[in-house]
Amino acid sequence: MDIHALQQIVHKTRDARRKQTIPKFSPADRDQLIHKYHPDFRASAYRQIKFGPNGGDKTVIELATLLEGDSSIQDNTDLTPHHTCDVLVIGGGGAGCAAALHAHGAGAKTILATKLRLGDSNSVMAQGGMQISVAPEDSPVTHFIDTLKGGHMENDHALLKVMVEDGPSIAKWLLELGVLFDRQADGNLHVKKGGGSSKPRLLTCSDYTGLEIMRVLKDEVINQKIQLLEFAAAVEMLSDDQGACTGAIFKDLDNQRQVVVAAKSVILATGGIGRLHIQGFPTSNHYGATGDGLCLAYRMGAKLAHVDTFQYHPSGAVYPEQLIGALVTEGIRSEGGHLVNAKGERFVNELDTRDVVSSSIIRECEEGRGIRTMSGRVGVWLDTPLLDAEHGAGTVEKHFPAMMMQFERFGIDISKDPVLIYPTLHYQNGGVKIDTNSETNVKNLFVAGEASGGLHGRNRLMGNSLLDLMVFGKRSGLTAAGRAKSMKQGALTLKHVQQFRAEAKKHGNASGVISPMILPAYTRKVG
Amino acid sequence: MADNDNQNVIDQPEVMKPRMVTIEIAGKKVDVPEGITVVRAMWYAGIDVVRGVGCLGGFCGACATYYRTKDDPKVRTCLACQMAVQDGMSFTMMPPFPARKATYDIQTLQDPKQDLFNLYPEAPLCRNCNACTEACPQKIDVREGVWKAVFGDFKSVSEMFMDCVMCGMCTPVCIADIAPNLVALYVSRAQGAHFTDKPVGLDTRIKEIQEDTYKDEWAKILKMNEKELAEHCATVK
Repeated sequence: MDIHALQQIVHKTRDARRKQTIPKFSPADRDQLIHKYHPDFRASAYRQIKFGPNGGDKTVIELATLLEGDSSIQDNTDLTPHHTCDVLVIGGGGAGCAAALHAHGAGAKTILATKLRLGDSNSVMAQGGMQISVAPEDSPVTHFIDTLKGGHMENDHALLKVMVEDGPSIAKWLLELGVLFDRQADGNLHVKKGGGSSKPRLLTCSDYTGLEIMRVLKDEVINQKIQLLEFAAAVEMLSDDQGACTGAIFKDLDNQRQVVVAAKSVILATGGIGRLHIQGFPTSNHYGATGDGLCLAYRMGAKLAHVDTFQYHPSGAVYPEQLIGALVTEGIRSEGGHLVNAKGERFVNELDTRDVVSSSIIRECEEGRGIRTMSGRVGVWLDTPLLDAEHGAGTVEKHFPAMMMQFERFGIDISKDPVLIYPTLHYQNGGVKIDTNSETNVKNLFVAGEASGGLHGRNRLMGNSLLDLMVFGKRSGLTAAGRAKSMKQGALTLKHVQQFRAEAKKHGNASGVISPMILPAYTRKVG
Repeated sequence: MADNDNQNVIDQPEVMKPRMVTIEIAGKKVDVPEGITVVRAMWYAGIDVVRGVGCLGGFCGACATYYRTKDDPKVRTCLACQMAVQDGMSFTMMPPFPARKATYDIQTLQDPKQDLFNLYPEAPLCRNCNACTEACPQKIDVREGVWKAVFGDFKSVSEMFMDCVMCGMCTPVCIADIAPNLVALYVSRAQGAHFTDKPVGLDTRIKEIQEDTYKDEWAKILKMNEKELAEHCATVK
């Protein structure tokens, strides 16, 4: 059928739906729903990691394969450094920029290396906002509780406490750098309510929050003249005799040469794994989201936390084909957008946590109440025109200019017609285990942002990622810089690689692949 | 059920009978399926793309591309991850353009509106050709923005350029050698850092945290066992 004919049911049922309130699930119902429909509970997608710091733990097959993978670096590689610094930051997204700026600000000689350009990241796409408890009726404690509930009570309390308490000072830092957060009439920061939060707490820059923050941070990195290595993909870490981290080896993607960087501390801010397309899911992630940092840290002996849980964002675009997997911001639901099945019914409280909403969408589709496309995809409607009906004409255009433009390019006006959505692989809830200074169990190896684990428990709350990046970017940068003054550069060896290889041999060279992946293999080889 | 199923299927003729179209990538003719994005067309043609792909979501500006449609002399711009290919289309990715970015310490500027002319002395030399506006894939009225910056209306500039993905396509077309996106970035940051109200509520909250105002609440929560904490969480709605 013509898409417009199928959309009619959404228009027809709108007024009736506006009168409805859908209660949130009880804890028992919510657990049952998630266990039955959430992709994290699809046993066939998982296997045990055969060896290494998390040997015996289960994760998705795609990630286990890479974690067990071999290094591309040979034992006899020349390790004479091309660059030497106090703090080496790997990754050019939000966490990497925050880490580099704070390390540099604290007087450390800092290098920021990234395999794409500075700023090409998931951070730049963050639309929903940044959770910081600034409203009078809110508090860091409430932020803590909301996050804990969202994370199924498995969040690391110490990490979570520092994140919610550092939040307000992070907002101040960003404002001083010139970030234009939305304001109330009285000049205070405007806050929106996010899924799974009991209080309005999202700071926003219309629906360009990540872009605005990243424009400013990138500009600041350049203004501060921090040394950049762009198109430099980290392929191996370096360690001293005691196993402490002492630098990294890169591959320059322009000329394929090897670049060795000696550093007193290394901060991995390499982001997530969406481009591994776990369980065949499309993804909202950027081109380089291939979990490189996890592999690099794992080979050094860093322990991972919660690597069996991933976030499938409820609203990835299903139609048109060109936008498959692209995110339709949660902000639409925050402002009251309904999720509607093929029968014109709502089926979940739209502001429940992401895992619950995603599970309920998968349930609707598996039970035959979805809308299918001829390319074999399925989804439910997100009633975007409802926002104009509810808050006045022009609301969608004013509050979601980025969304409007993205669909407009394909002839779809989301203020007039609902969009078809299905969960998309969005975020890695776990990652490398860190302490409150963002340091791993490997000395002088720090991990910040999505690559780290523990903070978000088993499900990250909307808006907590941007804050995570800034808080732990800052903490890692300051700690690494503070340490640099009183320490010497350690020896550059590949001992950890030799040990890892010996271990892999015992397990029959478990996966037989080279990791990290660096970029997904999208180029068609036959033709 | 089957009936119902058939009713809820969206027509996609382009998927049912994919049609191959002939396009030109950097001058070379290739056949690709109609309607895939420009960047996918490059992958389909067997081209490895390292430079020129970033977020794949239309936000990072890495994939700035020039294109022309069949028989149309007009060369247009797009983001390669956001544009579908059509028959007869010709495109090439824009290489990084060596625009000059001024460096500054945003916080210590004494007179940001005047400093604009020191940092970007070319900014007032706009000759109104409007090429920048036509080049913008985000449909920003770039020319108007440059003039507003020059006249000191920093607030309007910051609002107009909120959509800017810094692709830089406004820059190579400028006959006055202005880099409008960089000018707007400076202006927006100055607007935020110097001409925007300080949010009083934020300072209050920072002070509360510094003074350990929530000490008792934290103490209560952090000493709870798992069960008590879960019960407490259930009461927060």
